[in-house]
Amino acid sequence: MTLFAEAWAWLTAPEQWSGRATLLDRVGEHLQYTLVALLVSALVAVPIGYLVGHTGRGRQLTVALAGAGRALPSLGLLTVLTLLVGIGEADRAATVVFVVLGVPSVLAGAYAGVENVDGAVTDSARAMGMTPWQVLLRVEAPLGLPLLVGGLRSAALQIVATAVLAAYVGLGGLGIYILRGISLRRYDEMLGGAIAIVALAIVLDAVFALLGYFAVRVASGQGRLSTSTEGHR
Amino acid sequence: MDWFLANTGLVADLAVRHARLSVVPIVLGFLLALPPGVLAWRRRRARGPILAAFGLLYTIPSLALFVLIPPLVGISFLSELNVLIALTVYAVALMVRSVTDALEAVDPAVRSAATALGYSAWGRFWAVDLPLAGPVLLAGLRVVAVSTVSLVTVGVLIGTRSLGYLFTDGLQRGIVAEIVTGIVATLLLAVLFDVLLVALGRLLLPWTGRGATRAGRRVQLTAGGAG
Repeated sequence: MTLFAEAWAWLTAPEQWSGRATLLDRVGEHLQYTLVALLVSALVAVPIGYLVGHTGRGRQLTVALAGAGRALPSLGLLTVLTLLVGIGEADRAATVVFVVLGVPSVLAGAYAGVENVDGAVTDSARAMGMTPWQVLLRVEAPLGLPLLVGGLRSAALQIVATAVLAAYVGLGGLGIYILRGISLRRYDEMLGGAIAIVALAIVLDAVFALLGYFAVRVASGQGRLSTSTEGHR
Repeated sequence: MDWFLANTGLVADLAVRHARLSVVPIVLGFLLALPPGVLAWRRRRARGPILAAFGLLYTIPSLALFVLIPPLVGISFLSELNVLIALTVYAVALMVRSVTDALEAVDPAVRSAATALGYSAWGRFWAVDLPLAGPVLLAGLRVVAVSTVSLVTVGVLIGTRSLGYLFTDGLQRGIVAEIVTGIVATLLLAVLFDVLLVALGRLLLPWTGRGATRAGRRVQLTAGGAG
């Protein structure tokens, strides 16, 4: 337990909080990598996921991609892309890797959300005269929101974890503390960095849990609409 | 291809180590996930907290977990045991939800019928609930296996040799082919584990058809991954 006390001392030491490259700067870098990659993943994967869920075509593809995304070793992708684009461009290589690893989860969430909508609901939306676009955007998308947020949540965690490894190819972020600690055999720095990473991951997960809660409310708000029409019968 | 042909001995050695490092967490993860998974299924009120707690474990990035475990357990940071424990933690964290989902997917009518036939709660669990939960359990275990094989590679950063060694060595020496060999070999190993699990499923669950169940497919789709 003394190791944890040392890690705490490291975490609270003034040099972590003032001067150049503070702990907060590293957290900021880490969050920036994560959010940029998540945004790009969503821009790529949500339209495709909605298309697959709406038309029902390409289902096998999303399942296969989800499996491939899990099987791909992130460290391998990071190192090979860094070599290919050059160490100086490591941030670009890393962003590509983050997106590659983020897309399958978002795609699965977007697809599953739309596909799980009760067929009777979409049928009645069509019967009310909605165009396919209206069915997708006003019925399927809101009802599928909780699963989409779930997909974004696991993508975010995957990217946060991979961004830790990205320090190995010269990227900033919180992984730097662990890798530097390993090479300098400084356990306080390693452990302090690990604690900061866990805290960041848990906070991010909690934010997505909260978003998921609101997503469920959006989806059930849509449900209220249908019960009120039921009352008019 | 040339690099691989010139280094088959090294790759084979690393692949064997990698497979060994993967098997323990997969098997242990499955066994250790059963009690909490069953508890979460039996006690509805405990379900939320149990699943949330294991979900939280899964949010810990792998490299951070490799650093956190040694002081908690009292082992050396460079010990292979460190990687085995960390990967078992992930396997359990992923598997608990699958166990609960799998048991939840068993038709309640079948369970009532078993009770009516005179099964005790204990006997019914082993003879009826668990076998019928098999397909979804298998789907969950396949996810665990594939992500474990992939995560083993991260261990190289703390000195545990696996196919991940080809990534760090390849980067340092600037050999793209070495890293690509490592990625392909890791993927092949994941496929091998997956095929073995499917074959085991056919053997143990001969009554299930070829098509995956809906719940099984959902497990395959939505289970997350930690890098």
